[in-house]
Amino acid sequence: MALINSRSSISQRGRETSPHTLGQNSTQRVMNLVIMATIPGLIAQTVFFGWGTLINVLWCSLIAMGCEAAVVSLRKRSVSFYLSDCSALVTGLLLGLALPPFAPWWLSLVAVSFGMVIGKHLYGGLGQNPFNPAMLGYVLVLISFPQEMTTWLPPLGLEGHNNSLTDALFTIFPLGQGVSVDAISMATPLDVLRENKSLTINELWEANPVFDGLAGRGWMWVNLAYLAGGVFLIWRKVFTWHAPVGMLAAIAVMATLFWSGTGSDSHGSPLFHLLSGATMLGAFFIITDPVSGATSNRGRLIFGAGVGVMVYVIRAWGGYPDGVAFATLLMNMAAPTIDYYTQPRTYGHRKANKGLPKKD
Amino acid sequence: MNAIAKSPAPQHLDTQSHVSRSQVIASSERKIWPLTGGVHPEENKHQSTGCPVSVPPLPKTLVLPLSQHAGAPADPIISVGDQVLKGQMIAKASGFVSAALHAPTSGIITAIENRPIPHASGMYDLCIILDTDGQDQWCELAPVADYRQLSSEELVEKVRNAGISGMGGAGFPTAIKLAPNTTINTLILNGTECEPYITADDMLMREKAEAVIQGAEILQYMLGAQECLIGIEDNKPEAISAMRKAATGKNIYIVVFPTIYPSGGEKQLIQILTGQEVPSGKLPADLGMVVQNVGTAVSVKEAILEGKPLISRITTLTGDALATPQNVDALIGTLAEDLLHYAALKESELATLVFGGPMMGFSVDRMDIPVIKTSNCLIAATQDEFPDAPDAQACIRCGHCAEACPSSLLPQQLYWHAKAENHEQLMHHNLFDCIECGACSFVCPSSIPLVQYYRASKGAIRTQEAKHAKSERSKQRYEGRLARLEQEKAEKEAKRKANAERAAKLKAAKAAENTESDAKAEEDPIQAAIARAKARKAAAAAGSSESTPARQEPSAPSQQLSAKQKELKVQLSMAKAQAKKTERALAAAEASGNGDIEQLKSNLQMLNDQVTKLQQSFDESAQSDAANDSNKNKSAKPVLSDDEKKRKVELAMAKAALKKAERALAEAVESNNESTESFQQAVDECQAKIKSLEVVVLAPPAETAITPSADAKPSAKKAKAPLSDEAKKLKIESAMANAAVKKLQRAITSASDDELETLKQQLVEAQQKAAEMQQALDNLTNGNVGEAAVESSVSETPSAGVSASAKKAKAPLSDEAKKLKIESAMANAAVKKLQRAIASAGEDELDTLKQQLAEAEQKAADMKQALEILS
Repeated sequence: MALINSRSSISQRGRETSPHTLGQNSTQRVMNLVIMATIPGLIAQTVFFGWGTLINVLWCSLIAMGCEAAVVSLRKRSVSFYLSDCSALVTGLLLGLALPPFAPWWLSLVAVSFGMVIGKHLYGGLGQNPFNPAMLGYVLVLISFPQEMTTWLPPLGLEGHNNSLTDALFTIFPLGQGVSVDAISMATPLDVLRENKSLTINELWEANPVFDGLAGRGWMWVNLAYLAGGVFLIWRKVFTWHAPVGMLAAIAVMATLFWSGTGSDSHGSPLFHLLSGATMLGAFFIITDPVSGATSNRGRLIFGAGVGVMVYVIRAWGGYPDGVAFATLLMNMAAPTIDYYTQPRTYGHRKANKGLPKKD
Repeated sequence: MNAIAKSPAPQHLDTQSHVSRSQVIASSERKIWPLTGGVHPEENKHQSTGCPVSVPPLPKTLVLPLSQHAGAPADPIISVGDQVLKGQMIAKASGFVSAALHAPTSGIITAIENRPIPHASGMYDLCIILDTDGQDQWCELAPVADYRQLSSEELVEKVRNAGISGMGGAGFPTAIKLAPNTTINTLILNGTECEPYITADDMLMREKAEAVIQGAEILQYMLGAQECLIGIEDNKPEAISAMRKAATGKNIYIVVFPTIYPSGGEKQLIQILTGQEVPSGKLPADLGMVVQNVGTAVSVKEAILEGKPLISRITTLTGDALATPQNVDALIGTLAEDLLHYAALKESELATLVFGGPMMGFSVDRMDIPVIKTSNCLIAATQDEFPDAPDAQACIRCGHCAEACPSSLLPQQLYWHAKAENHEQLMHHNLFDCIECGACSFVCPSSIPLVQYYRASKGAIRTQEAKHAKSERSKQRYEGRLARLEQEKAEKEAKRKANAERAAKLKAAKAAENTESDAKAEEDPIQAAIARAKARKAAAAAGSSESTPARQEPSAPSQQLSAKQKELKVQLSMAKAQAKKTERALAAAEASGNGDIEQLKSNLQMLNDQVTKLQQSFDESAQSDAANDSNKNKSAKPVLSDDEKKRKVELAMAKAALKKAERALAEAVESNNESTESFQQAVDECQAKIKSLEVVVLAPPAETAITPSADAKPSAKKAKAPLSDEAKKLKIESAMANAAVKKLQRAITSASDDELETLKQQLVEAQQKAAEMQQALDNLTNGNVGEAAVESSVSETPSAGVSASAKKAKAPLSDEAKKLKIESAMANAAVKKLQRAIASAGEDELDTLKQQLAEAEQKAADMKQALEILS
């Protein structure tokens, strides 16, 4: 009798392994925090460069979710289960923020679908991709469509700045009469600086309307907004400080080392580099992707520093005005090697293990 | 580590913790070090600390598992039906790492049987069932008034006899920890209780602080430790103040530190209290420290000062399915259901029953499981309390687990490699330094059951290592045996060569003699030569110089017979020895459970038959000896010697077959049936040979019947003797060549990189043997020519008649033909075997084998030719 009783209620559930209680952490929570943290940057970019950014973000997110759903259903998995982790949403969102504000709809489609399908799912889906999917898509369209990818709009306060929602919508989706992008596009400060061969920095600043403040009109504020979002994520322990600090410190060090003053051969000041282009977006939202980055804290520091060095090298001497995407992909390739050499020292061990396991 | 030590102020002091916590830490004088990693699960401790520790009513039945501790199970010293008293030892420690068991109350032993025990696997184990009699009558106790009068060895013995094992959860027998090989400087008492829900130690320290301190003093005395630290988390202010009060004026520090899971792990507590790390694979004793649970200290105090063994413990009964969660002083062996009902279990709400804490405890699927010495908590949880874990998502390598890991491991990498079953990488990432605290699983955003992966991988690695060690031992044994066999063979070969040389010399000398002496005088020297050769062989086989040819030579007739008998005897004993060997191999095979037992049995049967046959021959020989002695009939000798020759050949072949079978079976046993096929082949061949031998055995009487007249005998003998010697040699050689071929076959089928060396050796040997065979063949053909020459010279001798010489020539021819026929058949068989070997040979061996084949074919052709010449 006692035996039958004793087996009744708990036997159905069977034996389970410890721990029996779990924390409140979830992938969805992590992704939602990341999405929340991009809001300041998104607002700043929309304010300074028009509605195009917002439309891009929405459009890219939609494509990303569509691609995820399509591949997951092809793989005969639960679509809702995989969409609910919001990782696809984050990929789309980040690509939307990275693409130029008036990038045509097909450009976003190519970038996002390549990143999602080839860059992520063909490698096995979430957690299996060696490269950052967003940056893979970005680099594909950057190489394939250089003209469309370098048409940034003049920032707020400059002539030609277009802040009309319908203009932006019709430019991205040419269903009606949009604006001619060529007519209003303007080079970014990084571009101008790279092309400059004759003017001193001061002359350049005065001569060119895109320069304003430390790092160009609007760009400084966009970067500061991303910095704020990043600090929020570190505070919420979504990721550690190692990778962003590594990258920013490396950029600062490189820019200081190679800063030849304000002459015409100058590559720009450290602050200019820190607050220009995609520096902060990259530091806090791109290279902190845990899947394609290094694993240990020390590894992340090295990973970030590598990205920082390469960003500066590409900016200063490379063929592209900004190099965050390339630098990230290059370091993605190095991440497994970094992991081999940056295992933390385990409790009770005198030294950390390095390299590959020793064969007996 | 030094960097950590520089910041004594705890960095991750729980910001939400009560104000009193920072106060208790502030008043702590000693420096503390922060824990690496760690998590803050909801504490859930307040539920069970509302009322004092109570004693539940005496249960009707107690179930006492024999294995309540780490190590060997206890050994029952009572039998069913015995009346026992409270505190009486009912099972003794069965080894060094073991602990005794005592009756928690008086009653009758009703059974010793398998019952479900508290174990993650839900296993059953041997338990002593005690029906209580309600008297609760103590046995006679032997308290110690002043423990300082006793040596620490005596005290350790008392602790051992009290059956005390660690009460914090691991259950390691305490006596062993109290007799370390190293000098102990620091005794640490663990009052951390970092697991959520559990309050057993908290309540113990609140209510029995004096006893804890007394226990600490006894332990300190036993260990000779200068320093005693009692570590308590800051979420137990009542316990801390009680302990501080009790420790006033004593050389004992109460060290308080911030609450964080898993600070109560032995290694983690050492890190927090001393800043030192226990080296991987070592014990705290190697750092001069011993860590004991506070509950264990109280048990030691009771064992020494009151003489009471460990028969009860404080257990927390908690969980939302209990109306009155509380701590109880439960007798060891009380069933969970008795205790849960005592705490007013709401059975309809019970969803999970956990033994231990929520982080490291295990859930059970029934309630008739007893509380044992390590059971510090029972959590009767509802579905909402411990909800089902959500489906695991993909690992995004976020690294939260690495942040939480107290051992500074990389759980995300371990998970990755565990899934890939990459044991090398798991070891490289220090899997075995994982303490399975569950912090990584707790923080994992993808709800991956990480710890379970590590447990499974550890189990798999342990199993694999055990297997590997076993196969390594087998390999060593096998290689040792191979080397031994090689050596034996080389020695035999050397002996055989030496004998052959000596025989050739002797033969040459005799031949010279023969040509000088007349036909009648030939008889004795030939027989003497045969006898000498036999005697030498017998001596060589016996491996002793006991029967030297010189001693046997003087009396030719009787010496011949004794040599025969000796030889048969030796062969008989060898066959018997081989039969015994096979029997042993069979026993080993049966013990090891490997297959091929059937084949071994058939081999043994064969061997036994052989022994019987030999015995018969021996008996026959003895009888004929007797007949010879009585009749003095010399004419019977040649016939007998024919039989012997044939038997000899037969025996040599049987021996070869036996050796082959032995080798094959040994190989099958040692290689775990990898080459069963080749083994089977070898056995089949062996059996076939035995059959053919039987045919030969049947042949002699017929031959004897055919032998026409006594007239022909001398010349027959003369012609036959050298030939049959050669034939013997050739037969043996061909058998050896066959063995070599078979060896090669076997080597080819089971060849791997390791065995390549052996294979090469075997190849060389086979080649050598083939060459020898060729040489023997040459000898034979030369011998035939010489024989022909001798015959022709005999026929030309004027003193001998033509008819006599014709007779002489005819009789030997038929015998020779028979032998040659057999030889040619064997050569053909060798050719066929080689062809088969070539078909299954690898590329490397192909050339050698082809060469051997060519040689064998040539030999076969030569044989045919010789046969044709003779006929």
